[in-house]
Amino acid sequence: MKRLFNSLGERLNKINSLKLTLLAVLSALLVGAFIIVVSDVDNLKTGNIGGAFSTVGSAYWALVVGSFGSLRAISNTINSATPLILCGVSVAIAFKAGLFNIGATGQMLAGGITALWVGFAMDGPGLIQVPLAVIAGAVGGAIFGAIPGILKARTGAHEVITTIMLNNMAAFFILWLLKTNLFQREDRTDPISKLVSVHGRLPRLFGFLDGRSDLVAHIGFIVAILAVVVYWWFLKKTTTGFEFRAYGLNADAATYAGMHVKRLTVLSMMFAGGFAGLAGAAEVLGTYGYASANFAGNIGFDAIAIALLGQSTPLGTFVAAVLFGALQAGGRQMQTNSDVPIDLIVVLRALIVMFIAAPLLIKTIWRTKNAQVTSGQTFRGWGS
Amino acid sequence: MKLELRGITKRFPGVVANDNVNLSVNTGEVLSLIGENGAGKSTLMSVLYGMYKADEGEIVIDGSPVAFNSPADAIAAGIGMVHQHFMLVPVFTVAENVVLGVEPTGKFGKLHIDEARRMVREISDKYSLDLDPDAVIEDLPVGVQQRVEIVKVLLRDAKVVVFDEPTAVLTPSEIIEFFEIVNTLVKAGRGVVFITHKLKEALHIANRIAVLRRGKVVGEADPKTATESQIAEMMVGRPVQLTVDKKLADAGASVLQVKNLTVLDADGRTHVDSVSFEVHAGEIVGIAGVQGNGQTELVEALTGLRKAAGGSISLDGNDLTHANPRERHQMGMAHIPEDRQRQGLVGGLSVAENLVLTRYHDDQFSHGVLVDWDSANTIADTLIAEYDIRTPNKETGVGTLSGGNQQKVIVARELSRDLRLTIAAQPTRGVDVGSIEYIHSRIVKERDTGTAVLIVSTELDEVMALSDRLLVMYRGKVVAELDPKKVTPMEVGLYMAGSRPDSTVQA
Repeated sequence: MKRLFNSLGERLNKINSLKLTLLAVLSALLVGAFIIVVSDVDNLKTGNIGGAFSTVGSAYWALVVGSFGSLRAISNTINSATPLILCGVSVAIAFKAGLFNIGATGQMLAGGITALWVGFAMDGPGLIQVPLAVIAGAVGGAIFGAIPGILKARTGAHEVITTIMLNNMAAFFILWLLKTNLFQREDRTDPISKLVSVHGRLPRLFGFLDGRSDLVAHIGFIVAILAVVVYWWFLKKTTTGFEFRAYGLNADAATYAGMHVKRLTVLSMMFAGGFAGLAGAAEVLGTYGYASANFAGNIGFDAIAIALLGQSTPLGTFVAAVLFGALQAGGRQMQTNSDVPIDLIVVLRALIVMFIAAPLLIKTIWRTKNAQVTSGQTFRGWGS
Repeated sequence: MKLELRGITKRFPGVVANDNVNLSVNTGEVLSLIGENGAGKSTLMSVLYGMYKADEGEIVIDGSPVAFNSPADAIAAGIGMVHQHFMLVPVFTVAENVVLGVEPTGKFGKLHIDEARRMVREISDKYSLDLDPDAVIEDLPVGVQQRVEIVKVLLRDAKVVVFDEPTAVLTPSEIIEFFEIVNTLVKAGRGVVFITHKLKEALHIANRIAVLRRGKVVGEADPKTATESQIAEMMVGRPVQLTVDKKLADAGASVLQVKNLTVLDADGRTHVDSVSFEVHAGEIVGIAGVQGNGQTELVEALTGLRKAAGGSISLDGNDLTHANPRERHQMGMAHIPEDRQRQGLVGGLSVAENLVLTRYHDDQFSHGVLVDWDSANTIADTLIAEYDIRTPNKETGVGTLSGGNQQKVIVARELSRDLRLTIAAQPTRGVDVGSIEYIHSRIVKERDTGTAVLIVSTELDEVMALSDRLLVMYRGKVVAELDPKKVTPMEVGLYMAGSRPDSTVQA
């Protein structure tokens, strides 16, 4: 009976998961509005409740305008979304194979620094050098990502622990590398790298528009879209993709079916590292043109939220990453226009994740009927 | 005390698990609740035990309605439950387990373990349960652990004790002991609800039998007059053939040779102890044994899921002791695993995907790195029709199917290719009576095409009915080779329990 109950839930799940996700975003915005109202001290002091509510309106409107309201806003959104998409796919593909990749940050650093090295060490024509540097980024990330995979396959060390540790190792390794003569910019004493030559950088997405140097979005976005397509194709069409899905959903059945699960463990972390490495390449070769110690920022962790929000599906991950990118881009406009600090964006993202992780809460708030409660979590527990 | 369920209806999204169920049990009698998996037995008991709230209907004790919001309420009202999977702390003693939650304590919450011991001894003596209060649970056999659960329930002063599939884990002799305990309980004025899907046991022990089908009580049967096939028909809703229809085996050359196979677990304990046997083409060899006597490990070693610590396995003369599961698969070995949920299927994938789960890499279903989903979908349609898999369509998640249909998916996948050897472990566990009939006929048909078949089952009736030759496993060893046509279940049961009857039936 319990099985029947579960399985029926599964069927309902597909319909309900989208609804729950949208309700989670809506709930986050409502709580965010409440926070804006209660923190709008100026209006509340004078008893101007209406004014406080209009602050909410102008803040959220600025969020929309700042993310999609103009070509520049769209460019900003794209620019923010690019590494988020790639790292989102990185976390998602590991989820699909039942692994929790918290190491996107480290893999991004590894990929970025590899791409950077190829980027300034080579001085070939851009048409060859740029793709080569991007591929080098993917390879660097993949090699670094394979480490926790190998550790897990060989020794059973849990990837959550090892990827977190490797994040730190990558960060300090990069810090050291950036101080070496090979990487450090000649006239600097702080850890900052040489610049990639102009033709070694990822071309601007809107480079064909003259005089719009403010449009920072770059070709990395196309790479990200391609990555999403490849991710979809891989899952749906390839034998290894099928193995990933089977392994992620039921490791025992995958073993029974003759799949080489240790190989799958290594491969999935390697692919995850590859996508995160691409994100690093995109940031270094596209957005910055050099590497600082912290160019990966918080992207690798935001990516976990994105993969959860997008239920690890290709389209879902893409949409979630664009949403997060838009929040980031719109947040700056919001701060300027309405005096609501950009920190609200962090709060909103946290709220979204919290509501996604607590579907029961959403169910209770919105009184949705018969929605099966499942968390968006798709990786195996500690026991496996 | 008279316990009644009146008009209990419990709905889950899209399904009515219990539909206007009326049941009653008095102290001093045994009510057997019988029904297929998914008939609503467990849901009904969860309602009774306060774990679910009924949508309609009421629970009535001695004429007055009661409301249970949690198991604690049910316990307080005198209802006890012995779950199929015991709720015991393995490293605690019997006494510690029994008093867990109702510990006799003194000042500052100090545990009076002597008092606990005394309570265990008292109940144990009263119901002749023969329990040592200081024994540690993990050292005890399953049958004794079950008695600890019974003491727990009695200590909480249960008037009505519910047993959920209590015999599933017991040896035939433990089952006999269990029935004695049930009789003692009834004589002492307790009521017993005995949930089972084993018709024989229900007929043996119950005073009344209630049959549940699709959430409804479809009838009551009197164990004194009813027959197995009558009850089976009530359970399924149509006449069912309970025996296996098969010709005499036409055994050919030896296909599987197992020599001195030894299998250990991760802790180095021996689970399969120097086992040797052969399976010939066109015969069904059955392995009987009580759960946990090495059958699982034997099957895992034969199918490549577990390393052999010693001995050899060969198929058609080719040594495959160290071959991996896929290599064995490609040599013509099929494996119907004992746990379909855990091993045989990926619940989150579709029926079609599960039908190629072990075959997607075959040339038939793949081109290079790509899966040929067209070809996979074509075969899925064929197999769904051929094996009568009841599913809305092939894209449906396999987890949504009933147990019987899930098992048919596995059987269809594993048997629908040219085979040399089929290994089927618990092929009909938790499967409805109708599907059992079908799966058995499929296995016999496979034998008749000249495949060697090895059946491992803890259901004695099943192995005896299917096998042409019967091996009995006890503590990792094959202790007997018998001709199932010449032995009685009682005799096989003795071998399963480890004793050696002085008989001449050995084949």
